[in-house]
Formats: sequence, structure tokens, C-alpha cells
Amino acid sequence: MIVFNNVHKSFGTIEVLKGIDAEIRKGEVGCLIGPSGSGKSTLLRCVNGLESYQRGSISIDGTVVDATSRDIHSICARVTMVFQRFNLFPHRTALENVMEGPLYVLKENRKEVCERAMELLDRVGLAEKMHAFPGSLSGGQQQRVAIARALAMRPEAILFDEPTSALDPEMVGEVLQVMRALAGEHMTMLIVTHEIQFAREVADQVLFLDGGKIVERGSAQEVLRDPKHGRTQDFLKRVMHPA
Amino acid sequence: MSEFLSRSESYLPFLLQGLWLTVLVTLLALCLATNIGLLWALFRTSSVNLLVVPTRFFVEFVRGIPLLVLLFYIYFVAPEIGVNLTAFQSGVLGLALAHSCYLSETFRAGIEAIDKGQIEAARSIGMRRPLMMRRVVLPQAFRIVLPPYGNNIILLLKDSSLVSVISVTDLTMQGKMLASSTFDNMTVFTLVAFLYLCLTIPLNLLMRRLETTMGVGG
Ligand SMILES: Nc1ncnc2c1ncn2[C@@H]1O[C@H](COP(=O)(O)OP(=O)(O)OP(=O)(O)O)[C@@H](O)[C@H]1O
Ligand SMILES: [Mg+2]
Repeated sequence: MIVFNNVHKSFGTIEVLKGIDAEIRKGEVGCLIGPSGSGKSTLLRCVNGLESYQRGSISIDGTVVDATSRDIHSICARVTMVFQRFNLFPHRTALENVMEGPLYVLKENRKEVCERAMELLDRVGLAEKMHAFPGSLSGGQQQRVAIARALAMRPEAILFDEPTSALDPEMVGEVLQVMRALAGEHMTMLIVTHEIQFAREVADQVLFLDGGKIVERGSAQEVLRDPKHGRTQDFLKRVMHPA
Repeated sequence: MSEFLSRSESYLPFLLQGLWLTVLVTLLALCLATNIGLLWALFRTSSVNLLVVPTRFFVEFVRGIPLLVLLFYIYFVAPEIGVNLTAFQSGVLGLALAHSCYLSETFRAGIEAIDKGQIEAARSIGMRRPLMMRRVVLPQAFRIVLPPYGNNIILLLKDSSLVSVISVTDLTMQGKMLASSTFDNMTVFTLVAFLYLCLTIPLNLLMRRLETTMGVGG
């Protein structure tokens, strides 16, 4: 589904991704872990064209993602993204946020879009907040609206960039719960996360990224419980038992 | 005092005619300037160099010329290259052109103040730039820009008095003519100033109202 083939990416002279090879299969949950600055966000952003890359290729179901192509918008619509800081549209209600994409990008029928958006908000547990503006919602609620907004596009895959890192601890659970449910429905997801426990539960594949390279990969069992690589071991120790 | 009032009464119809023209010139110029200014701002914030660079030059160029000179230029020079505009048209055009450039900077600042996360969110649901501008960026920029925009309207209204020098019979021009025929400078120009204030003060209050009601919500 999402295939990385020797992806290289630099900002100016700084090489951030140094040859990434990976594949996320349809219905699979991939968790991307790694220290700060290792290039996780950059890799994710290359997938839906928010960043361009210089060498190699990323393809989605066979379509090569090229941030400079005129067609990049249709790729974005197929693979949506959930951000660390939610990025809801503050001037629109929760419901309008969810409807925005299907209504104006996919140009679907307003009534159907509205019904579906209400269903989605219900699914993330926010049916009663549909007319609230983002400013009046808690971080956890905003992130759940953002997930509903991403789902409303009926994407082939969803990218999550540290979806719980900006949340107060007591709100992390409600967001992970929604994501867990999506994993259960075999939504294809690529998740950057520091929630190791959560990754253990849902990941079909864990990729450990360090210094722009995938240092270790495998099942959650292999990478998270029984890492081979010294750097993975160190990283896990640090995130599991912060000093 | 009663003398002032009785004289005022006889001057007022004449001045009100001018006032009406001032309002008309201001509204037309504002309408044009807003649209053109928005266009400049969209050009300037686009990623197309072919739009960015010429727009930047043009805006800086116009901003660097005194409005009065611009008006003279349009009114007196345009006919020499075969473009015949009435004084009224020249006045509206000059005001609109100058203020489109002032406004474009205001609009640009508003557009650039929008959080980058908003743009990324819009892109990640597949929005192209025009749609993103219309649905995400401009509605939010509008709130930011409203106070300086209001200020600009008042400046434009006051600048409109300059069209009197190219013989548009606006409030200022009517005042000047009245004063030179009656020699009653005191009454006439007091009235003229008062009539301008009748426009600018309510405008100011209205803008402040809008600011507070728009500032919150959402
Ligand atoms: N727009 C940019 N311009 C220049 N350098 C950038 C840019 N974005 C990221 N970088 C650099 O690229 C490297 C990787 O950044 P990235 O955000 O992908 O890391 P990350 O793994 O997501 O880190 P974090 O866990 O802190 O989010 C960092 O060194 C960062 O400074
Ligand atoms: Mg990151």
C-alpha cells in the first residue's frame, strides 16, 4: 500500500532521510518510533506531499508521490494526516470541520456528507459537541474531531504524527481508544508515537528510525520487547523510564 | 452663534452636494481598492515568482509616490497617451490604485499571520490553493485584518479630499468654492471639517464594535 524505496531527503545540505526502504501493507498498522530529530515527521510528511524528497520513491497503491506534481492534491485526499497540534479550522464548528473535505474537495452531496460527518463524530464520542467550535473543546476532543475529519475523506490510509504528544496525560487515553478501534477495523495507518505500550498493542510492524535510517524493524514483539540493536534498546529505556 | 447657524443653513445644501460626491468617490474607490488589493496580496503570497516579483515592484512603486502626484499623473498624463478620463474617474482610479497598494500590505500581513498548521491541515484533506484560500485562510485573515482595514477606510475617506485639486466637486472643493465666493472662511471650513467628522467618527465607532464582536467567537 505505502511503499518507500530508498527515500532520501535533505533540507539544504543537511540530509534528514538517508535511504528509507519500507512497506506498509493494506490494513496494516505501522508504528514509527525514534529519537527527536531522527526524521519521523519528515518521513510522514513526504508521504502526503507536505514535503518533497530528492531521491528514491514513495508510492501509494502504485501511484508515486511527487510533491511537485500538479496531481499531488489528489494523493493528499487519499492519504490524510492527523497532526500533533490538531490543526482544526478554528472558525468552523466540529461538524463543519469534518464536512469540509468531502463537501468542498470531493464535492459530495451536502445532506449525505452531513449525515456521515455526524456518524463519524458519534463514532469518536463527540456527537453532542458537533456544534462546538474548536476553541471550546479540550485537546483530546479536538484531536478526536481531527481524526473524524481525516476519516471523512474515506482515506486509503491515515498518517498520525505524534497525535497524543500535545495532550494532557488524562486525555491521551480517549484518543488512543479511537485509534485502537480504527486498528481493529484494519484501517491502514502509519503512526509516529512515543506511546510504546500502545504501539505494542496495535502495531503490526514497528520501525525504529535513528539518524535518518531505519535501524531496526519487525513485529511489535521483536522490536519493542526484544530489540536487537543497542540504539533501539537505549531509546526504549529512555522513553519507558524517563530520568 | 445664531448668525453662524443661519449662515450654515444657507451653505449646507451646497456642501451636502459635495458630501454626497465624497461618499460616492470613497465608496467606489474602496470597493475597487479592496478587490485589487486582495489580488495583489494573493499574488504576493503565491509561490509563483512571475506574480510575486512584478507585484512587489508595482506596490512599492505606487506606495512611493505621493497620492497627489499620482492623481495629477492620471488626470493630466493619461489623455496624452489617448486615455480620456473624467476628473471623477481619474479621482476614483487614483485613490483606488494607491489604496489597493496600502491595503495589499495589510492583507498580506493577515494572510501570513495564519498558522502554517492550518495550511497543512487544508492540504492534507486535498485542498488546492484557491479553495484553501477561500475556505481556510481568508476567513481567518479577515478577522485579523479588520481593525487595520477599518483604519484604512478612514484614511481613504480623508484622502478623497485630494480629488478636489483635479476639480472633482467633492466636499472639500465645494467648501473651497463657497469660501472664495463668500469670504466666510470661518463658517465654511468649520462646516466642512464638521461634515467630515460626521463620517469618520461613526465609522470609527462601527469598526470598534465589529472588532469586539468579531474578535471573539470561533
Ligand atoms: N523545514 C525544515 N527546514 C530545515 N530543517 C528541518 C525542517 N524540518 C525538519 N528539519 C530538520 O530535520 C530533522 C528531522 O526533523 P523531524 O521533524 O522529521 O524529526 P522528528 O523525528 O519528527 O523529531 P521530533 O520527535 O522532535 O518530532 C531535524 O534535524 C530538523 O531540525
Ligand atoms: Mg516530529
